[in-house]
Amino acid sequence: MSTLETASEVVIRFAGDSGDGMQTVGDQFTRTTALFGNDLATFPDYPAEIRAPAGTRAGVSGFQLQFASHDIFTPGDLSDVLVAMNPAALITNLKSVKRGGLVVVNTDRWTSRDLEKAGLASDPLTDGTVDDYHVVKVQIGNLTRGAVAPHGVGAKDADRCKNFFALGMMYWLYSRQMEPTEAWVASRFKSPYKEANIAALQAGWSYADTAELFHHRIEVPRAEDLPTGRYRNIMGNNAMAIGLVAAANKLGLPLFYGTYPITPASDILHHLAPFKNYGVTTFQAEDEIAGICAAIGASYGGAIGVTGTSGPGLALKGEALGLAVMTELPLVLIDVQRAGPSTGMPTKVEQADLLQAMYGRNGEAPVPVLAPATPSDCFAIAVEAVRIATTYMVPVIVLSDAYVANGAEPWKLPDLESFDLAPVTFRTDPEGFRAYARDEDTLARPWVVPGTPGMEHRIGGLEKENITGNISYDPENHELMCKLRREKVQRVANSLPPTTVYGDEEGVVVLGWGSTFGVIRTAVDACRADGRKVAHVHVRHLNPLPNDLATILRRYDKVLVPEINLGQLVRLIRAEYLIDAIPYNKIQGQPFRTDEVMARIEALFA
Amino acid sequence: MTAPAVPQYTKKDFTSDQVVRWCPGCGDYSILSNVQSVLAEIGVARENIAVISGIGCSSRFPYYLSTYGFHTIHGRAPAFATGLKVSRPELSVWVATGDGDALSIGGNHFIHLLRRNVDLNILMFNNRIYGLTKGQYSPTSEQGKKTKSSPMGSVDRPFEPLSLALGSGGTFVARSVDVFADHIKPVLHAAQRHHGTSFVEIYQNCNIFNDGAFEQFTDKVAKKERVLYLQHGQPLVWGSAVRRGLVMRDMKLEVVELGDTYTEADCAVHDEHNRSLAMLLAAMDPNAGFPVAVGVFYQIDAPTYEDGVVAQAKASIQKLGTGDLARLLGAGDTWTHT
Repeated sequence: MSTLETASEVVIRFAGDSGDGMQTVGDQFTRTTALFGNDLATFPDYPAEIRAPAGTRAGVSGFQLQFASHDIFTPGDLSDVLVAMNPAALITNLKSVKRGGLVVVNTDRWTSRDLEKAGLASDPLTDGTVDDYHVVKVQIGNLTRGAVAPHGVGAKDADRCKNFFALGMMYWLYSRQMEPTEAWVASRFKSPYKEANIAALQAGWSYADTAELFHHRIEVPRAEDLPTGRYRNIMGNNAMAIGLVAAANKLGLPLFYGTYPITPASDILHHLAPFKNYGVTTFQAEDEIAGICAAIGASYGGAIGVTGTSGPGLALKGEALGLAVMTELPLVLIDVQRAGPSTGMPTKVEQADLLQAMYGRNGEAPVPVLAPATPSDCFAIAVEAVRIATTYMVPVIVLSDAYVANGAEPWKLPDLESFDLAPVTFRTDPEGFRAYARDEDTLARPWVVPGTPGMEHRIGGLEKENITGNISYDPENHELMCKLRREKVQRVANSLPPTTVYGDEEGVVVLGWGSTFGVIRTAVDACRADGRKVAHVHVRHLNPLPNDLATILRRYDKVLVPEINLGQLVRLIRAEYLIDAIPYNKIQGQPFRTDEVMARIEALFA
Repeated sequence: MTAPAVPQYTKKDFTSDQVVRWCPGCGDYSILSNVQSVLAEIGVARENIAVISGIGCSSRFPYYLSTYGFHTIHGRAPAFATGLKVSRPELSVWVATGDGDALSIGGNHFIHLLRRNVDLNILMFNNRIYGLTKGQYSPTSEQGKKTKSSPMGSVDRPFEPLSLALGSGGTFVARSVDVFADHIKPVLHAAQRHHGTSFVEIYQNCNIFNDGAFEQFTDKVAKKERVLYLQHGQPLVWGSAVRRGLVMRDMKLEVVELGDTYTEADCAVHDEHNRSLAMLLAAMDPNAGFPVAVGVFYQIDAPTYEDGVVAQAKASIQKLGTGDLARLLGAGDTWTHT
């Protein structure tokens, strides 16, 4: 008889072929766990190929999830349990499992041919590879076939149900409810696959129960320390889409999303496309350039023009972005960063587009740059991007990344009143109208949309004369306009709240941006628990940087800047402030692990 | 609320205060003058007209019109215009472009605009040369053309713009010539009336870098003998001193002299709705004895892109109700933490 144990946090990892449905069961475990009331964070880790050759290491798709009875910030470093559907999944994921951790392997996929496909000369189950782990062998395929046979599902289709068998075992192990997944399957599949998947799920549960596979069951109580309120589970790309819609709706303006499908940004398009009843138009353009140009055209017409892409697309959009800078039209560009250069590793995380966002255009073409810290923060960042774009009449770049875009966490639904945006007024008064006259505070020029009588005027990419907007090649005017465009972006900083400093007021400050928020916060907490004086400063606004940032950083002996690149924010900090900031870089298409960041912080005290 | 009456405009109402900076003698002047006249006549309030252009001599066009204008970047005008038209379907949107802008750097946007059938008018000034960059061959320059960038003659084979437009699914395809004062306006009016993407190629003389490119059929005498004016329902005949006609044989067009052997009754009749015929007309080689056809080659009614977008939005509201923010945020599974 298994005993029931309580844990405060657990990390689990599913790994299999990219066609094995690992992301599906990961999502289901996440959903069930969120509904139960744990805090959680997820990390889908999958290849770009839709169906890479079965059984090979290239085709392995993984999904990691940490859930806890307290507030957590990351999907965890090493997992407590790994479910490996074939040898390739085992060998590529074993390094992500704690020593002594539980490894459940599907031994139906363990022939010599399977080992060969995984590039293994010997069987890792017998050659000592897994000696340090607690291995549980289950014939998942066979058992699933047996479970679904009564529903008239043949062997080939039965194989597609085996992910639910694996999920059922994990549900038993971690004392999860099966009902949410059963309801999901029922709404998603037709007979007989509906019945078959549910049968597989229940069979996995029962098998874990009766076969006494595991020494004990584990219970992770719901997180009580979370703020009270209504929650939902949210992924970054979804939060970004909702944030854009919410911002446009608040302003009472239509949202136009012009884009070309690209990993890992396409889900923003998928999430926005059904929102037509919210005044959302999605335009799947012929290419990246048309995506942004159409969005600028829509902004010119008075919509909230948005374009979404990843790094290669940002490169293509550069010229059009410069036109938006020159014509001073609002625009939001979302770059869901992935590992580059060139095509790079499309599904893997990287933060290496920061300098491209800052400087990747011809001429002096400054734009505000923002970055979300967590999946749910994508909502707030989208609203903030729309605020800046419409208040300052400027294109804004949002640097999301593959990790934050595909990761999930519980999201406390924001109060609808909490994110009011200053209303947008299109200028309609022809009296004294000058296309490039500016607001005193924001330096924004008036937004006049075609269709407004008496204000017909021309704009374009040629240099503008200050105030009138007429074409001008005057030398002094060009310098003035370059400085005005820079000053306008700089003034965004005046609208930012004071920077939050977390932790100690002396010692080492760790400065981060984007999706490294969670791991840095966790590492800083751990170092402080060890008695170190450490602080964490996270910037969501990368251009302009907050006005108070330099003063804050100068308080500390050392400034450490961890980034998933070869040192980009650290360059800006050094250049802007002449502060001797220390880079800490990893560029492996994987997020930092907490222990890595901790070790780097610790080293600064040596 | 009824829309305010559109004022009675004159050509002058569409003239901007900007100094026109095309070279003296450029064919663009004549096109500008005709477009200004046409805009005064189409019954659209000036503020509801937006002219979008790319880069090149042609693309300076918006500056010289007193409408809303957007001088964008090279080749991308169709994309900007699409975004504008889709979000503001009530506007009359015009794209001014050239052979390099539309067919070279902007080729992709050009074909996709035609494919989608967004309701706007493309005026493509074809001078078969790059003007603003000072005289390189263009994608419509004849093969073997000697220019600064092709001193031994260009190796490139040219596009036939109308064939490309037809092949891209264009629903209105027409041609006129900068100096055909009596012809250009009716074609522009027809383009404006067409609901869908209207593509008008306008042969335009660049008197600096490609002077006389079209004179073999635009000078007074040649014009009478070599230009075929397309008229829907009328036989395909032309010529003054010698009357000629096109007969259809073996799925091909053939030039015949009218007289004892052939009469107008033997000639093919122009049918604007016949794409195969339009393709044959567009492919005629003036160097092989064929005339240069001008007028409306092809037009059909087809659903426009923005109408489809608007219809889906309406259907969505009908089915789901107008979007509600609280519902948007709280979609899916939620739970309350107390």
